[in-house]
Amino acid sequence: MTLKNTFKTALTGLRANKMRSALTILGIVIGVVAIITVISVSQGAENLILGQIESMGANLIIIRPGREPKGPSDMAEVMSNSLKERDLKALKNKKNVPDLLDAVPAVAVPGTVSWEGETFKASVMGWSAEWLSEMFNIYPEEGTLFTEQDIKMAESVAVIGSRVKKELFGLSDAVGRKIKIKNRNFKVVGVLPSKGQVAMFNLDEIVVVPHSTAQKYLLGIDYYHEILAKAKNEQVIPMVVADIERTLRELHGIEDPAKDDFYVMTQTDIAERVGTITGILSLLLASLAAISLIVGGVGVMNIMLVSVTERTREIGIRKAVGARNKDILNQFLLEAVVLTAIGGIIGIILGATLSFAGSLVLGRVLSLDWPFAFPVTGALLGLGVSAFVGLVFGIYPARTASKKNPIEALRYE
Amino acid sequence: MAIIELTDLEKIYKDEDVETPALRGVSFSMKGGEFVAVMGPSGSGKSTLLHVMGFLDRPTNGEYYFEGKKIDEFSDDELARTRNKKMGFVFQSFYLLPRTTVLENVKLPLSYSGIKGSLQQELAEKAIEAVGLTDRINHLPSQLSGGEKQRVAIARAIVNRPSLIFADEPTGNLDSKSGQVIMEILQKLNKQGHTIILVTHETYTAQCAERIIKMRDGKIEEDIKVAQQHLAEKDHFVK
Repeated sequence: MTLKNTFKTALTGLRANKMRSALTILGIVIGVVAIITVISVSQGAENLILGQIESMGANLIIIRPGREPKGPSDMAEVMSNSLKERDLKALKNKKNVPDLLDAVPAVAVPGTVSWEGETFKASVMGWSAEWLSEMFNIYPEEGTLFTEQDIKMAESVAVIGSRVKKELFGLSDAVGRKIKIKNRNFKVVGVLPSKGQVAMFNLDEIVVVPHSTAQKYLLGIDYYHEILAKAKNEQVIPMVVADIERTLRELHGIEDPAKDDFYVMTQTDIAERVGTITGILSLLLASLAAISLIVGGVGVMNIMLVSVTERTREIGIRKAVGARNKDILNQFLLEAVVLTAIGGIIGIILGATLSFAGSLVLGRVLSLDWPFAFPVTGALLGLGVSAFVGLVFGIYPARTASKKNPIEALRYE
Repeated sequence: MAIIELTDLEKIYKDEDVETPALRGVSFSMKGGEFVAVMGPSGSGKSTLLHVMGFLDRPTNGEYYFEGKKIDEFSDDELARTRNKKMGFVFQSFYLLPRTTVLENVKLPLSYSGIKGSLQQELAEKAIEAVGLTDRINHLPSQLSGGEKQRVAIARAIVNRPSLIFADEPTGNLDSKSGQVIMEILQKLNKQGHTIILVTHETYTAQCAERIIKMRDGKIEEDIKVAQQHLAEKDHFVK
């Protein structure tokens, strides 16, 4: 029997029981919609984060003390005191790392900020305001940034995020006022506009003070939590990374790279790491969604078994007039695949619509420019998987049908 | 050459531990172009014999040569192909596909024979014309009378121009007038060269054949040549 004929026969079979076919298709639709939506939304999240990381500048290099974490849960030796001022100086020396444009240290200060009895748990960072401004493309809407001079003099000045300002000062002015961090007064010199979550930072909840001040007066340490560096351009990054590693190893007297007490990450590394995490998450969610597709597949199998039993007489007639086992098998298999493929196509359309709506809602709720990504892979996967589900769950009923003895099938009441 | 040759054919139905013999050593042969009626009371094995001869079932023991080839040498696919190309079936209960037009029902065997669509249409129309149902071509089986349904079944049986036609009680569910029309068509087909095997328990229907095989308890009791063949066209059946 030709494919066209088999297809026609399969459609006729499905049309004979419209309601039943529709319900079976619904089971597949739900599964495919779930998969598409999950993949699309997590793809959108990944694109968002990667886009933000990218916007920090492709020539960004981060040097951290300790050993590089092997995975998301490996926090071993992240805190270490191996990066100090002499390391920074050595890196800034053109003889050591010729293509390094600039480098700046950063420290994180745990704790809260307060003003006249109002307290807020902000992310306090000892860093450079100019770097912050450049990396996140943000500039105070009130006041200014603190300067290199402020860092040199270890001045007690701070640039605060919009939420910090709102929580502490409400509607009144913040610039010029003194906030308290760990019992030390810091003069607010700038208030950042609201920008929300960017990459790993919530810029609205940030308080940036000079790293020198944070080290000296807030933490009392002589080491850095991180050194951020900029390469001259994207092309020289591998060379710069190699130079940094060589310089620091020399300085720390390390011969075996496996014993490094620091690690270097480029923007590509960060993007890769984020991609791995969101990839795992999206895979996990998609597998959960896939379960509903399997349930849909069981529905297909169930209905096909009923259909085969009901149409035993038809199978007998077809065999009597010369249908081979293979013809009967193909007929019922194609019916199952057509069912699931129709479900797959409807599911893709619905799923894409739903993820588009989802991206709008998420964008509004999180006040982000949430990108909608039409899940091409998800769509192909959904269609492929649903057709595959049809094959897997259709094969048993179809085999049952094809194995029927013609005479017994004809006599079936 | 004999088209069908049976030697000591046995068919035993096994149902768990119970063995029910339906055929207990049947031997006979028939030539192409013959019109044979198989008669016998119910349970005599006449339907089983037709099913085995029509490749719908395999014999348990004995030898069956079809056109000189032993049935054991046919694979299941070859049995299906032979049924499709060389055999046509007419059953007591018509066995038409419901919700499928007369035309599509008649085309059914052609869809399994690899014949092109345009030729399928032509052959189906010709077969429907041969049974006089051209005006019913787009009707559904549910819109037809019993006699018309059986004529559709005959059209389906002859559409692929088979050499053999098996008719299993074709008039059993019909009134005598419709039954007569069916027998007329079968006789006409026989005259055109089709070999026909008819299973019936009605003597009058059997008298339309040239040869009658009487069965009892799974064996052939009598194999007689009909002295005076009824011509369905002229005679009137009395049930």
